[in-house]
Amino acid sequence: MANLLADPDSGLTPAQLAARHGLRVAGERPSLGAYSGQLWRYRHFISAYSHAKLTASFSNARLGQLWQVLTPLTNAAVYYLIFGLVLEQDRGMDNFIAYLTTGLFIFNFTQTSVHQGTQAISGNLGLIRALHFPRAALPLAITATQFQQLLGSIVVLVAIVTATGEPITLMWLMLMPAVLLQTIFNAGLTMVMARLGAKATDLKQVMPFVLRAWMYGSGVLYSVNLFAENLPGWATAVVQFNPMLVYIELARISLLENTHLLNDSLPLTWLIALGWAVVAGLGGYLYFWRGEQEYGRG
Amino acid sequence: MVNLEMSNDVTVTLPRIQERIPTVVVDDAHVVYRVHKGSAGNTSPVAAVKRMVTRTKAPNVRVVHAVRGVTFTAYRGEAIGLIGTNGSGKSTLLRAIAGLLPVEQGAVYTQGQPSLLGVNAALLNDLPGERNVTLGCLAMGMSPAEVRRKLPEIIEFSGINQRGDFASLPMRTYSSGMSARLRFSIAAAKQHDVLLIDEALATGDKAFRKRSEQRVRELRESAGTVFLVSHQLSSVRDTCERTIWLESGEIRMDGPTAEVLTAYEAFTNGK
Repeated sequence: MANLLADPDSGLTPAQLAARHGLRVAGERPSLGAYSGQLWRYRHFISAYSHAKLTASFSNARLGQLWQVLTPLTNAAVYYLIFGLVLEQDRGMDNFIAYLTTGLFIFNFTQTSVHQGTQAISGNLGLIRALHFPRAALPLAITATQFQQLLGSIVVLVAIVTATGEPITLMWLMLMPAVLLQTIFNAGLTMVMARLGAKATDLKQVMPFVLRAWMYGSGVLYSVNLFAENLPGWATAVVQFNPMLVYIELARISLLENTHLLNDSLPLTWLIALGWAVVAGLGGYLYFWRGEQEYGRG
Repeated sequence: MVNLEMSNDVTVTLPRIQERIPTVVVDDAHVVYRVHKGSAGNTSPVAAVKRMVTRTKAPNVRVVHAVRGVTFTAYRGEAIGLIGTNGSGKSTLLRAIAGLLPVEQGAVYTQGQPSLLGVNAALLNDLPGERNVTLGCLAMGMSPAEVRRKLPEIIEFSGINQRGDFASLPMRTYSSGMSARLRFSIAAAKQHDVLLIDEALATGDKAFRKRSEQRVRELRESAGTVFLVSHQLSSVRDTCERTIWLESGEIRMDGPTAEVLTAYEAFTNGK
């Protein structure tokens, strides 16, 4: 076989020849540091791609970008009709409309990220097979797109909250770090879902049910006090560590005046929020990176 | 492996390059596909549950040994044609070189990151051609300033604006030839160490084919290696001076294009 290698390097095996000229094994996974560096160099791609996705998502609708605001509004209206007017979940609550919309918008941010994350790899196979770039750019772009959507929702949310009589206080500033932590949490979770969704294509069918169950466990549609009233003690203790409940509660306590935390401790709630952001963010990134050489194959 | 001597002849017939630097080394590579046949076999829900209970594997996974022990070395400045009948493993070999398919056995070493350019590489169809050019260039690692500079050049090269302003229309409105031309233009805008082209030259009209062959030649002169998979023997003849003939996943012949093509034509005509 060695004589297939022509003159200047005759006598070398292919592997030796490759090593001598510094060739690398095709499709090898870069080290974590090198990967992060690559990802940083691709930041312009991430922002351009997320922006492009945002424009493309409403390109077929006649009202176009207006849906960015109309979708969450309509959603809130439907849930208010059912849970507020029909089921009367607003009993004993000061401002159910603001309470409901805050929960919905914050939950929706994670829900859409996770749902689209399952298709970050499997839905972009064309791009992945044609061009080489750190694949983490795709789930990160999804998070960035959803973040831009959230900013639109927050404008609507602030309008609803003030219109329903909440005072503007310094507490509103707390919304920023809360949303920031949630974004990191989402990015990590989206990367996990992207790797899972690349292999297990059935995941797309299962996710709506998982997300629905998660929404009911996050106190989006009814008062969180119901958990403490109706669940056994240990279950309430578990529920208070639910990351979505924590992020929603933090958003509510910053915007709404009379809200109570499930665990009655603001520092503890922040600690849980921070913990989830670190665990999901770092863990998700590591998990996604470890699968880097598999994406687009098969 | 009849033609071991022939591959040595290549070094004589090639234009002399000062130092022959290998860019792709393929060492006894085997590629195996595991194909999910989908609808074949008994796919009823009952059968699926039965399989889960009895823990037998789905009957619809089949193993296809597409590339069987291919060994060759490609050098900087070469343009290599890959020919062979349908299903001979040409595209699979390209994807293994691009690092998109794992090799079962053996190894593929490359310099830099090879770029695979195939006709089925889809971009974002809901976005205008211009936006796809920007995205594609950024995805290849260009800086935003570089992209802005190259954008008009790429649109011009692709010729999609010959029938009015198509660059600002979504790509789903393009004909298959137009989008293939745009994809080629994007990939060819960057200097690649190794460029892998899968049938891309066959799609455009005659004028575009001339331009793209010219571009492949330029890419090669500026010290890259180009692989071209094509059934159009004429475009292999025009762009490549070395050709590898694959048959059933094995190298049947590796040598100067003229010789290999003559043997290949004799083989296909005799069939």
